[in-house]
Amino acid sequence: MKDPGRDTSEVLQRLSETPGLSGHEAPIRALVAELFQPLCDEIHIDALGNLMAIKRGSGPLPRLKVMWAAHMDEIGFMVAKVEERGFLRVTNVGGIDVRNVLGEEVIVHGREDVIGVIGAKPPHLTTKDEQNRPVPMEDLFVDVGLTDERTRELIRPGDVISFRRSFRTLAGRRVTGKALDNRASVAAMYCGLKLLQTLRHEADVYAVATVQEEVGLRGAATGAFGIMPDAAIAIDVGFALAPGQKKKDPITLGKGPGLLLGANAHPGLREHLAEVARRFHIPIQTDVAPGRTGTDAWAIQVTAFGVPTGLLSIPLRHMHSPAELIDVDDVEATGRLLAFQAAHLTHDVVAGWAPPLQDENAAAEEGSS
Amino acid sequence: MTDRELIMQLSDAMGVSGEEGPVRDLIWSYVRASVDEAFTDTMGNLYVSRREGRKGPVLMVSAHMDEVGLMIHHIESDGLLRFSAVGGLDPRILPGRAVVVGPKQIPGVIGAPPIHLSSPGERKKALPMDDLYIDIGADDRAEAEKLVKPGDRAVFATKSEPFGDGLLKGKALDNRVGCALLVRTMAMDCPFPVTGVFTVQEEIGLRGARVAAYRVEPAMALILEGTTCADTPGTEDHEQSTRLGDGPAITFMDGSVIPNRVMVEALIEAAERAGVPWQWKRTTFGGTDGGAVHKVREGVPTAVLSVPCRYIHGPAAVMSLSDFDAARRTVAEFLAHVDGVWARIMEERGMHP
Repeated sequence: MKDPGRDTSEVLQRLSETPGLSGHEAPIRALVAELFQPLCDEIHIDALGNLMAIKRGSGPLPRLKVMWAAHMDEIGFMVAKVEERGFLRVTNVGGIDVRNVLGEEVIVHGREDVIGVIGAKPPHLTTKDEQNRPVPMEDLFVDVGLTDERTRELIRPGDVISFRRSFRTLAGRRVTGKALDNRASVAAMYCGLKLLQTLRHEADVYAVATVQEEVGLRGAATGAFGIMPDAAIAIDVGFALAPGQKKKDPITLGKGPGLLLGANAHPGLREHLAEVARRFHIPIQTDVAPGRTGTDAWAIQVTAFGVPTGLLSIPLRHMHSPAELIDVDDVEATGRLLAFQAAHLTHDVVAGWAPPLQDENAAAEEGSS
Repeated sequence: MTDRELIMQLSDAMGVSGEEGPVRDLIWSYVRASVDEAFTDTMGNLYVSRREGRKGPVLMVSAHMDEVGLMIHHIESDGLLRFSAVGGLDPRILPGRAVVVGPKQIPGVIGAPPIHLSSPGERKKALPMDDLYIDIGADDRAEAEKLVKPGDRAVFATKSEPFGDGLLKGKALDNRVGCALLVRTMAMDCPFPVTGVFTVQEEIGLRGARVAAYRVEPAMALILEGTTCADTPGTEDHEQSTRLGDGPAITFMDGSVIPNRVMVEALIEAAERAGVPWQWKRTTFGGTDGGAVHKVREGVPTAVLSVPCRYIHGPAAVMSLSDFDAARRTVAEFLAHVDGVWARIMEERGMHP
């Protein structure tokens, strides 16, 4: 049997290097379909482009439904205007940080893929004042180095641009690459589906690779509406401890996924995840968010009648840069937690989740005390 | 129980957005006797209905039960607690306040670097929330961890009390005053079935009301709120959203909803029939659960009625019991004639019920 660690790393590499900007997820969706196909019973693609891989459970009908949601879209750029001499003006797709893109190589997805460079004036020609300010998006340009004619033949406004960044293995179990936000979580779903092959589970498991998260949690909303799961677990990346990290309680690389505590997390589902983690010795960390989480979990929770929702965060450094960095152990721990939680989800567990209304006697006792 | 006692008990209960259990249990103990059906949903909304002997489309009346507060996210090695705001809090009100933390209601105070150690320049700037902490008197992290844990919510340690001339003072009057009004509403006569919803997570984005309206599918919705009141020194007349003692405020527009015109007119008529004062809510910023409810499914005709409260989202808000009484009478009149309101709404759409 193949070393499972290396396997996860290989899957991560392919997921990281395949493009799939928000609203333009076709290439990454095709890869996810290829990876998930052998591990599930059915694959569906909904109107917005979410990919749902269904692994049927053995429970009685109506069968429980558990949804895993990891967005597969990534941030990047879009061509705004084709200038002369092979220069492109660009705009952002999702939350690009203009402070970390100067000099980066990109791929312009035109009629053919075209390699480009995000240009920057050399330090010799910039003033002291300019050096202290990031270059705003409207002043950035991509240089594709082609003639006018060839540029116009291949590239039009609206074409998307992804980072051209090779996946690399660092010391220990650490790896780096682009779009690990949120391909790390797609890889975790892959690990979970793989483990699920060896487990009995009552619930139908819907592993959903969602679209358009980076532009406003859009795919998760339609995905959850289409399924109306009994439990939904969003998987995303979370800010890991790093120098200058402003968040005062970051999660740490290599210590397992963060388990959300806050208004966006259903208390019953959260406790079930924590209990499964304890029982199977899966490391988890506490991740506190008082309100909005900015993840698919935020949209899923208020879909239709409301959905019991949880959030697992894989620790990641340098978020929204081409140098995102994670620990492969965290991805695998997340996959194990997903699979074991799904395998232990029963109607009895779910039945205890609605907040109880006290009966008359209990209320009377409380009143008299 | 008098209105005053009801509002005071609700004000004292804990229920920060995302953890509304204590206030929900209290509300349930008040409304259970007057409703024929009750349940909760996955987010913690409490639904109570009266259908027996009533026919027609469903009126949903809702009030959010959550309050703004703090959430502990980190315990320092010296036993001090770092926190984030849950909902909209002005950081300037926090230094020096008394709070209670977590389900065990551990007492604490919000500390900040003292004025002695601040430079003259620093003293002129508001303290950012990141510099503040809660001190529960613990010597170190180990001692603090016996009493509180990350994720615990904290609220102001205010106990409500009568105040001034016919006023009442307490925390969380936004929106426990609306909850009190909804408790009273469930005992009122109405020709149509009424579903009352005590909603969760209003303060962090109108989240409970959205799923509640999806579930109830009401024909009309009335939102009960405690709203801003700025009749205080230094506020120009045109900036005063409402005035204390001038009766319930009726919203013609806010940042989240343009209420249904027929329902707005009906609320005015109801107040006038009841012989009580009413006022417009004269500013158009802010939002209420109405913002989420009116656009659920195919849309819901929605209106908002509020009791003015000074200093909301702070440790001590102030309201007038006469405003509450006027609001209660207005709602009673509105409910008694809600069939006529529905007929006018249908007529406007060119339909005849």
